[in-house]
Amino acid sequence: MEPAVYERQGLYDPSNEHDACGVGFVAHVKGQKSHDIVEQGLLILKNLDHRGAVGADPLQGDGAGILIQIPDQFYREEMSRQGVILPPAGEYGVGMVFLPQEAASRHACLEEIERSVKAEGQVVLGWRDVPVNRDMPMSPTVRDKEPVIRQVFVGRGSDVFVTDALERKLYIIRRRAANAIKSLKLKHGQEFYVPSFSARTVNYKGLLLAHQVGVYYLDLQDERTVSALALVHQRFSTNTFPTWDLAHPFRYIAHNGEINTVRGNVNWFKAREQAISSPILGDDLKKVWPLHYPGQSDSASFDNALELLVMGGYSMAQAVMLMIPEAWEKHTLMDENRLAFYEYHAAMMEPWDGPAAVAFTDGRQIGATLDRNGLRPARYLVTDDDFVVMASESGVLPIPEKKIVKKWRLQPGKMFLIDMDQGRIIDDKEIKDSLARAKPYREWIERIRIKLDAIPAPEEETDAVPATLLDRQQAFGYTQEDIKVIIEPMIQNGEEATGSMGTDSALPVLSNKNKTLYTYFKQLFAQVTNPPIDPIREELVMSLVSFVGPKPNLLNTTDINPPIRLEVSQPVLKCADMEKLRHISKYTSGKFRSFELDICYPVAWGRAGIEARLASLAADAEDAVRSGANILIVSDRKVDAGHVAIPALLATSAIHQHLVKKGLRTSTGLVIETGSARETHHFALLGGYGAEAVHPYLALETIESLAKGDAEKADKYVKNYVKAIGKGLNKVMSKMGISTYMSYTGAQIFEAIGLQNDFVEKYFTGTPSNIEGIGVFEVADEAIRLHNEAFSDDPVLANMLDAGGEYAFRIRGEEHVWTPDSIAKLQHATRSGKFETYREYAKLINDQTRRHLTLRGLFEFRPAGGPVPLDEVEPATEIVKRFATGAMSLGSISTEAHTTLAIAMNRIGGKSNTGEGGEDARRFAPVAGGTMLSDIIGKSRIERDIELNAGDSLRSAIKQVASGRFGVTTEYLVNADQIQIKMAQGAKPGEGGQLPGHKVSEYIGFLRHSVPGVGLISPPPHHDIYSIEDLAQLIHDLKNANLRASISVKLVSEVGVGTVAAGVAKAKADHVVIAGFDGGTGASPQSSIKHAGTPWELGLAETQQTLVLNRLRSRIRVQVDGQMKTGRDVVIGALLGADEFGFATAPLVVEGCIMMRKCHLNTCPVGVATQDPVLRKRFTGQPEHVVNYFFFVAEEVREIMAQLGIRRFDDLIGRADLLDMRPGIDHWKARGLDFSKIFYQPQVPASEPRHQTEGQDHGLARALDHKLIEQARPALERGQKVQIEMPITNVNRTCGTMLSGEVARRYGHAGLADDTIHVRLTGTAGQSFGAFLARGVTLDLTGEGNDYVGKGLSGGRIIIRPNRDFRGHTQENIIVGNTVMYGAIAGDAFFSGVGGERFCVRNSGGTAIVEGVGDHGCEYMTGGTVVVLGMTGRNFAAGMSGGIAYVLDDDGSFRNRCNLAQVALEKVLPANRHAAGEPLHLGRADEEQLKELVTRHAEYTGSITAKAILGNWEVYREKFVKVYPHEYKRALAEMAAAAEREAA
Amino acid sequence: MGKPTGFMEFERLSEAYEPVEHRLKHYKEFVHALNDDDARTQGARCMDCGIPFCTNGCPVNNIIPDWNDLVYRGNWKQALDVLHSTNNFPDFTGRICPAPCEAACTLGINAAPVGIKSIEHFIIDKGWEMGWVVPEPPKARTGKNVAIVGSGPAGLAAAQQLARAGHEVTVFEKNDRIGGLLAYGIPDFKLNKSVVDRRVAQMEAEGVKFRTKVIVGSKDVPAGITNDASEYVSADQIKQDFDAVLLAAGSEVPRDLPVPGRELKGVYAALEFLIPQNKEVRQGKANPINVKGKHVIVIGGGDTGSDCVGTSNRHGAASVTQFELMPMPPAHENVALTWPYWPYKLRTSSSHDEGCARDFAVATKRFIDDGRGNVKALRAVRVEWKDGRMSEVAGSEFDLPCDNAFLAMGFTNPVGTLLEAFGVAKDERGNARATTDGEGCYATNVSKVFAAGDVRRGQSLVVWAIREGRQAAREVDAFLMGNSTLPR
Repeated sequence: MEPAVYERQGLYDPSNEHDACGVGFVAHVKGQKSHDIVEQGLLILKNLDHRGAVGADPLQGDGAGILIQIPDQFYREEMSRQGVILPPAGEYGVGMVFLPQEAASRHACLEEIERSVKAEGQVVLGWRDVPVNRDMPMSPTVRDKEPVIRQVFVGRGSDVFVTDALERKLYIIRRRAANAIKSLKLKHGQEFYVPSFSARTVNYKGLLLAHQVGVYYLDLQDERTVSALALVHQRFSTNTFPTWDLAHPFRYIAHNGEINTVRGNVNWFKAREQAISSPILGDDLKKVWPLHYPGQSDSASFDNALELLVMGGYSMAQAVMLMIPEAWEKHTLMDENRLAFYEYHAAMMEPWDGPAAVAFTDGRQIGATLDRNGLRPARYLVTDDDFVVMASESGVLPIPEKKIVKKWRLQPGKMFLIDMDQGRIIDDKEIKDSLARAKPYREWIERIRIKLDAIPAPEEETDAVPATLLDRQQAFGYTQEDIKVIIEPMIQNGEEATGSMGTDSALPVLSNKNKTLYTYFKQLFAQVTNPPIDPIREELVMSLVSFVGPKPNLLNTTDINPPIRLEVSQPVLKCADMEKLRHISKYTSGKFRSFELDICYPVAWGRAGIEARLASLAADAEDAVRSGANILIVSDRKVDAGHVAIPALLATSAIHQHLVKKGLRTSTGLVIETGSARETHHFALLGGYGAEAVHPYLALETIESLAKGDAEKADKYVKNYVKAIGKGLNKVMSKMGISTYMSYTGAQIFEAIGLQNDFVEKYFTGTPSNIEGIGVFEVADEAIRLHNEAFSDDPVLANMLDAGGEYAFRIRGEEHVWTPDSIAKLQHATRSGKFETYREYAKLINDQTRRHLTLRGLFEFRPAGGPVPLDEVEPATEIVKRFATGAMSLGSISTEAHTTLAIAMNRIGGKSNTGEGGEDARRFAPVAGGTMLSDIIGKSRIERDIELNAGDSLRSAIKQVASGRFGVTTEYLVNADQIQIKMAQGAKPGEGGQLPGHKVSEYIGFLRHSVPGVGLISPPPHHDIYSIEDLAQLIHDLKNANLRASISVKLVSEVGVGTVAAGVAKAKADHVVIAGFDGGTGASPQSSIKHAGTPWELGLAETQQTLVLNRLRSRIRVQVDGQMKTGRDVVIGALLGADEFGFATAPLVVEGCIMMRKCHLNTCPVGVATQDPVLRKRFTGQPEHVVNYFFFVAEEVREIMAQLGIRRFDDLIGRADLLDMRPGIDHWKARGLDFSKIFYQPQVPASEPRHQTEGQDHGLARALDHKLIEQARPALERGQKVQIEMPITNVNRTCGTMLSGEVARRYGHAGLADDTIHVRLTGTAGQSFGAFLARGVTLDLTGEGNDYVGKGLSGGRIIIRPNRDFRGHTQENIIVGNTVMYGAIAGDAFFSGVGGERFCVRNSGGTAIVEGVGDHGCEYMTGGTVVVLGMTGRNFAAGMSGGIAYVLDDDGSFRNRCNLAQVALEKVLPANRHAAGEPLHLGRADEEQLKELVTRHAEYTGSITAKAILGNWEVYREKFVKVYPHEYKRALAEMAAAAEREAA
Repeated sequence: MGKPTGFMEFERLSEAYEPVEHRLKHYKEFVHALNDDDARTQGARCMDCGIPFCTNGCPVNNIIPDWNDLVYRGNWKQALDVLHSTNNFPDFTGRICPAPCEAACTLGINAAPVGIKSIEHFIIDKGWEMGWVVPEPPKARTGKNVAIVGSGPAGLAAAQQLARAGHEVTVFEKNDRIGGLLAYGIPDFKLNKSVVDRRVAQMEAEGVKFRTKVIVGSKDVPAGITNDASEYVSADQIKQDFDAVLLAAGSEVPRDLPVPGRELKGVYAALEFLIPQNKEVRQGKANPINVKGKHVIVIGGGDTGSDCVGTSNRHGAASVTQFELMPMPPAHENVALTWPYWPYKLRTSSSHDEGCARDFAVATKRFIDDGRGNVKALRAVRVEWKDGRMSEVAGSEFDLPCDNAFLAMGFTNPVGTLLEAFGVAKDERGNARATTDGEGCYATNVSKVFAAGDVRRGQSLVVWAIREGRQAAREVDAFLMGNSTLPR
């Protein structure tokens, strides 16, 4: 048998695996058991099949399972056949056990279980072999891992009387046995696993495809197997070595989503082992530890924690609330008691943060909850015969509509619970209200909470420090840029500075400058498997609250005198705050005692001193905590000429981890007082490695000095700075999808580049660091060097800071790849066509023997054989076809620059990329000779003309689909050779973007289908991709829209990207891009440009290794980009696994870019990255120059290939064995590097392809659209009206899209005449119903829709009305799921029912009527019209900059749920009450517009609500609120004024 | 970057010159530095490029964007600090540097570059005016002493750096004034000598010892080269007395024109005319060559040639003609292929504006005798250039009246046998052999003897001399102390 999981090898690390999935349950409210429920559960699984994934082998799934109540009668009869008489139900437990195939190990496991049962005083009644179907076709790899599955029956011991007590005993038995087996450290011991061990539930799961669960487990087919509930789960794992045990459900839960903070959560559990005690579990608690094992999935860890809480005495509901609290911190509408409940519990445990739809059951209750931001779908229905069905999507079970009494969804942070003992459904409010009132939380909070802000400032002054400000700044590595680029913008504007273009400075480990330890860490970010959050527009879910001090006992469920806690509203402490903490015991009558740890040591001790000093600091910290200190202050305030500070990050992590290991961490608070922290990244790191709060005294002193003695100014500056850091922290957390500082603390969301593994393992345990590098002594060296420089007589540093040179090239500053000479040489070479000059350029870039800059700069080629003649090497004309230009939108660069790239790439047969911003349809047709660019685009839109050749094309082969969906019409999609889904951007992974209104010119507005002058926001996540199966869905949608295009997914290099890429391959992408962190940008926060993501060498190598290991490489093409400049870069990319190459900055330089890094200011003086017409006139780029460049690069590639003895480019790909580290690197930092993991070749048979050789099977043959297209032929061919009728179910996904592709291919965006193709459907539509629906197509559905209805609507019409048999009221029942009309461009939609969360997000021109919506309605909307005839959720209109929403506000409460940052709420006016000359939305009066829409709604859907409104119009009109974005109003007025001027 | 859109709003503003008819009447500087407002406005034009090409274009790597910004903000003192951090003598370069930085300015790609030199000039003049330029004596002495041979810009820059690092520095100069070419090559109307003197005073206060009229190494100075020396110190003596020696003696031997008639009276090397002129202006000792009412021909189109033109016009020459062997360069460079490098193009100096005929692609065949041993006319011929080779155009010979001819065709190598005296190896051009980069740079083959400036690199710009002086100082310091905090 093969090992359960591939072990860590090369850059592949199994701990990076991610999963997501489909989840569901069916239950009988009154607890009536039946076999039918089991079968229905299995049917749900089947109908969620598309949410799972298959691996390289179609028979290999990622796992599925079903959890049911113990079928007592069935087991009783089965056991009696072997002579075992089971006690009455509830008095025995069943353990479902996976055992090793290897006999001796299996025996050992069995023995341990029996031993544990005995030790805990219970009785082994007998064992049962679980019968399975061995004839079922199964992938060999799955079969290899198939465990021996047995059940153990355990009877209660003499002193156990009730089922709850037995359940606890079973828990202890299981933990005890598992820990014992773990400690045997058997090779096959890891195959031992217990899916369930309970007196109430039993879990049948495995590494099975969804439909196989019921086939494999014969028990499930037995009629006697009855249950009142069935909890099912279908898994989608990112790679193909999933295992049996990782399948869901777990013992209590099935989870769809991802816990982003799992590392921190698990660490905190470890940290509280010593401090925790349970009045209920008593001494048994000790047997539980360790609670978590390495290698567990996030869901498994969550399950373990939840189980402990339940076993520790919390009710199921309360335990879930504790782990996944609602976003209470900024919830202004929340009930006081509930707020107090959450606030009280917040100190007990940090939230398990991340997207989550968790279904849970203990066998008596079954329920589900959703994360605070509603990032997963969960629909449910209730029938009149007491069935409840909940699933990730609607329509998973065929239930007659007339039986259904309620269709609803789980809302963000809400819970839904069925208590089968009570025989009723308990809704969110009731559950939470009763829990919130169970104890006087409000009063407790008032009495025990101390807010630091509220404490009076102390009078004591801390002693002044002996060194000057400048010397101390220098000692902590401050540069002039820290002041100018980092601090200045923060103190002036209260936010972080923006920069542009990618970073190209030396990696810290390669730099000759002395870097701070902070710079060696890179922030991790969410991509694909979980969504980042928008911390600005969705601020209501973010929280920076931090508790300083010991954490209350988590399991103290019987608390009557809770301990006090100290709360700070955000973790950046000002000077007065710090003084308060220093003297905290005075203010808390000794309840809190702070203790200071001085992390400075005599510089005379030198580098060697650091290790022992760290050890004694850890020991001192431990002593202090043991002797009662409960706030540790880690301080470097005493730094002076004689004393060097240990880097605060290192000291913090060392102390934090030591206390965690000792189980003491929750007994104390940890506050860092450091001169080193100044930018967001520093605070994020200190928090991520354990700090509850940070006092940046030197940054604050610096800021005060900048105020030059003006106290008021200083105050304002400090306030702005703290605000900016707070915003920055929100951003850093949100890019990983984490919303609270509490869960971020200690979560270690970083990876290290250039730090020695042993060092990281010792002080930053668990942080990935893949290329070795410097160790603790070099870290000390670097600190000491800085220190010595600071206090030296260096004349340059005598009265000024070091120049820096990170952000802009500076003499005596940091080295950059782009230098004045390399730019000049590149421009001269491509303009003159001189290859010799190109060679000079390439040498400047490639030769890093003296200046170390990039990882690849330290590589050298190691030819395996002799060279071959150059003329035998594949010609350059073939090689250039592998080249693409980067995704730069028309908006980030000028029309001239954008079209020049397209022309050039089309000339060489490469690909240019639209970027996120649409594309002018006039560019799609080939060009006739003698044409000028302006003839095509229009004279008024071109500032610098370009002469075109016959056969040229302006069409970008790659059409990007990014989160803003700007200009993504069906026509746009059908005109692509490749459609690229941008999951992340190298310069700012995990973040969105913003195009301010003043940059939205007439042309850009036209391209993006938005109003000129109105700002546009790209959200951080794609709102239709919150997990891997969502991505699969979007890929499916796009493939439907354009079958001929390959679908590409753009990822950014970070640790684990290989695993994500494997998931992307399984999600059926044809192409994946791995972008380096150094990619360019038109505008990004400086900290993101510098500190997020990793070099592509790492990400690409990891991707190649993971894909090859997974046998997925052959089906997907891999492209690499990120500061790709020369042929050598290309060859290294190929050797590490890339088929294709993206270039962005270099072609821009060829076009004239001189790396001003001012794109964000719109002042590009060479007309490349600006929209200013005056500056665009200065553009001088020519397609010929770009063509020259790519041919030069290809020639250089050929020369290297000849040297390496390789003739065909395909033979280069994945040959990392031809690379080696350059010998003789004597750089004091770089010499510690080790690239062997990058060069690692996975051990697979030689026959396994290392480059793309085949296509994906997109499974489109089954699409409903084939039938639609067939029947719509008269319309498609002749524009004739057609009517089509057919049924639809939830497995029919993306209905109407393929048809729309056909329409757009023939008729463009204009489409067909209205309603030419009318499709009547009945049933529940699958996801993405009517996605990209083209004009002229009407989808008229009777039934309901799921998520993503009408996404990218491109002119079509969607009507959804409930089945006539359904009795529910349309304003109270859901009819479409989440993220409906996302990115709609045009067309209309009528939904006679309630929509889910994020209705009409990023709508730019669609019209929609709906009878209620969830949270975040109309978010980021830039145009179009939305009518809501019912309740809305919270945060309506966040980031809305255009269009109008009319909301029926029956009870006048809408204002509270609307985000008023960007919109005004106005009255709906009849034509005669609009002011004369007032510019109107779509040129029509409010009333006229609204009434017409409501009338049509009534007409199309028969909505009773609409009819009622129309019946009493005058009254209702006054109840409507018009949501009017400020920006839109201003833009309308401006346009009207401009039109008037023109007319005059 | 002062103002992000400054470059679109404001024009380049050149420093104002006194009108030709006025300035020809004297030998004083005639360039008016910018006023405060104009300097700020010009500073606002700087875009603070992500890559400041100007810094790279500048041989001393002035951190131009930073001081442009500081000037825009009115932080003049700080601007001066930044400027001084890369350049010991912005007062020299701010006046006479051809400003390769401006050729590299990104604004120059498609508009007029920032007036960088005028801002530099402004900053340093403001510094002197405000009394911010003060001696910076070292905090501690090292007890080491260094001899510097030659007091031109390289020697002075090195001397100042080394003195500030705490070494005892002695500068040897064969002539009677400190400054080398600064003192005696460049006319006063380009660089007023008081500008040099105040620096000398500053350096004396910083501990530098200056010994004028002392010739080091070899006494034999060729004819035609000014030599005021009254004292001789041998190379061995210097090596014995000092812990380190820096040769910064320049490259003073002019390139000659070996054509018939070269020996005639009235044909001079440029410095034979310019040095006495400087002495006249400063000390009132009349220049033995007076070209008033004469027909002057200057042979060589470089800066020295220009200086001869300017001086001749101030004498009141009847006509001034300047010959250049190379063809006339284009008036405008092809920016697309030259920027950010120093472009080949026609350059017209302020001296040309004062009156001068310029003739290109012309070679001198001979000087024609008036029968009394004086030059009377010059015979020239037109030349053609093809693939870097020159050929005479048949039948294109012509004569021009010529009472005085000044040869300004550049300088070839250091004077006399200085290098031999120290035993320093030469490169193929006869200059001291030493590298400028990596380990052991600026060191010659002789232990503890270093070389910097024109003596090492051959004739060049003042700004290159300052660069080499600074860099060599760092190497000397590191040689003496084991390491150095002096910036390169």
